[in-house]
Amino acid sequence: MSRINLNHKHPMDAYLRTDRIPHIWCPGCGIGTVLEVFLTGLLKSGLALDKVVIVSGIGCTGRVAGYIKLDSFHTTHGRALPFATGLKLANPELKVVVFSGDGDLFSIGGNHFIHAARRNVDMTVLCVNNFTYGMTGGQAAPTTPLTARSTTSPYGNYEQPFNIPYLAAASGAVYVARWTAVHVRRLETSITEALLKKGFSLVEAISPCPTVYGRMNRQPTGLDHMKYYRENSIIKHDADPREVDIEQNGKIIVGKFVDIERPTFSDIQAQVLGKTFGAEAVATGAKRK
Amino acid sequence: MARKHLTGEFFMNGDIACAEGAISAGCRFFAGYPITPATEIAERMAERMPEVGGTFIQMEDEIASMAAILGASWAGAKSMTATSGPGFSLMMENIGLGIMMEAPCVVTDVQRAGPSTGLPTLVAQGDMMQARWGSHGCYSIIALSPSSAQEMYELTIRAFNLSEKYRLPVLLMADEAVAHMTEKVTIPPPEEIELYTRRKPDVPPQKYLPYLPGADLVPAMAIAGEGYGFHTTGLTHDEKGYPVMTAEEQEKLIRRLVEKIEVNKDDIIEYEEQGTEDAEVVVCSYGVSARISKFAVERARQEGIKAGMLKLVTVWPFPEGRIKRLAKKVKAFVVPEINCGQISLEVERCAGGAAKTIPVPHMGGSVHHPDTILDAIRKAAR
Ligand SMILES: Cc1ncc(C[n+]2csc(CCOP(=O)(O)OP(=O)(O)O)c2C)c(N)n1
Ligand code: SF4
Ligand SMILES: [Mg+2]
Repeated sequence: MSRINLNHKHPMDAYLRTDRIPHIWCPGCGIGTVLEVFLTGLLKSGLALDKVVIVSGIGCTGRVAGYIKLDSFHTTHGRALPFATGLKLANPELKVVVFSGDGDLFSIGGNHFIHAARRNVDMTVLCVNNFTYGMTGGQAAPTTPLTARSTTSPYGNYEQPFNIPYLAAASGAVYVARWTAVHVRRLETSITEALLKKGFSLVEAISPCPTVYGRMNRQPTGLDHMKYYRENSIIKHDADPREVDIEQNGKIIVGKFVDIERPTFSDIQAQVLGKTFGAEAVATGAKRK
Repeated sequence: MARKHLTGEFFMNGDIACAEGAISAGCRFFAGYPITPATEIAERMAERMPEVGGTFIQMEDEIASMAAILGASWAGAKSMTATSGPGFSLMMENIGLGIMMEAPCVVTDVQRAGPSTGLPTLVAQGDMMQARWGSHGCYSIIALSPSSAQEMYELTIRAFNLSEKYRLPVLLMADEAVAHMTEKVTIPPPEEIELYTRRKPDVPPQKYLPYLPGADLVPAMAIAGEGYGFHTTGLTHDEKGYPVMTAEEQEKLIRRLVEKIEVNKDDIIEYEEQGTEDAEVVVCSYGVSARISKFAVERARQEGIKAGMLKLVTVWPFPEGRIKRLAKKVKAFVVPEINCGQISLEVERCAGGAAKTIPVPHMGGSVHHPDTILDAIRKAAR
């Protein structure tokens, strides 16, 4: 057996702030996997990297912004989306990606999420769903399955969780997909598709948090989670988002659930304002300075 | 034909003047949420932003509005939001982020009586300490106080200039009376308006350190999408913008954030004086209260009392030096304000016992009666 050479370059080094490695994530954590898949998907998209900006909220996932070597913003807990909205609308040439956790996006940031989706602001949201608040030590999140244990549901969770794809679809997202950290190729494809989709796109990446969530729910290693995902995921493209709830120890329905066309915030804005100011005045987007 | 920059004499209220000031200053992004008595600013911006090629967006709340103007600032736009007490409370979180990331923007707070929903349509000046300390942690801030519609216009421009120069959210602490007062506002032609725009990096991206301070302690600011590949965070960070979780880095960063205001305070602090040369009693006030105070001071002079006026234009940083010097030669400061006595505490602290400080508190809902202030001047002169 050859020994692991720690001096090996990672294929994604060119896109990472290597001067910040080692990162803060635990062994077996899925965030690093999702990050690598994201970078691969981003490169495949062919987007001009200088125009791609990463916005994160707060949490273990929120730290992603600090490791990607692009213009990147580590904002406040839950506020990545409105911050991203400001970036995008003030410079429509930017490709804005929000990369954050389930608690950040759907608890404290839940209101911002539904409104950003409703407006169909052109941006991609990548949510790492580990069913918990990893950063603060494993409390219940609005994604924690019923009966799952967390430090604030020590007897089992009795709050109905959100079904993220359903919430996104109902709020107006034009692209919604869900994969797990095991589905790296499919996740990558969805990320590329989402990045190239005009409008508000959401990719949910179900991901292991062995340290706090797993420890309390009989999946103490990253490998336990990955095995579970592999054995229990059912790929069902175009599944009705209403029917993709996640239950404790249940099956996980994954796939691309929504891929529709709907005019974006900026499209409708240009159309409406064009009536008063003329198409020329509003069509130029970034030039509107 | 769409109106671009307005020039000339207008009859407009303070809120509208604030919006026009923002446009004159080059503001091209406004995000807000309706709230009395600041709604007219948002409404005016909704009408005017498309006319000048800017963006208006009504966000889902004030938390989002504040976050959006920070994002817009990093996209290179001069950005603003406007609110009143309840919304100002919600903005505190991301005002702190703006301080930490050093993102220029302007926040107008048209003060109404609180706490809570209070008197939604009536005047107060109860958010002055919230302006200073409202976001958690330790920092310095810049806050200006207009006392006429004309000053709503002019100080909004000044707020943008200061925010761009010193890279932080600058607060325009207006009040309902001034915002809803309709009077003459003169708007100069654009070429006569002095504007300041943030300093951009003059080094290539590989050499750029986003938080390397210049001589004025302010770092040069790259904007998103120009190839700098920078990182910025609300966490304590080093000159690279990278998080560093140590007491040493905290000491270094927070000291600089405080000192960049301290060392530049002569450029930031503005006040107006009247009759202070020989005054025994100085009325120190701001916003609408300064107008009423001025009237009371004139009446006191007619009665033979040596009264003077110190009107604060910049409230934060506080004109500590000026108060200290005045304290050496006056008997007393009289401080009328529409709250239980917030700025009077500051005056008292700066006077340091050398002169008396007499607060003239008023809980809000109306402005002071000039006689109340006059009585306080009379007592102080005795
Ligand atoms: C306003 C505010 N409230 C609470 C916190 C504490 N906090 C930090 S991260 C976090 C939860 C993060 O959960 P999630 O978004 O799911 O990210 P994960 O750590 O699981 O990746 C909380 C509650 C905070 N930083 N700010
Ligand atoms: S606590 Fe959980 S989510 Fe956070 S780094 Fe560790 S494993 Fe990952
Ligand atoms: Mg989480």
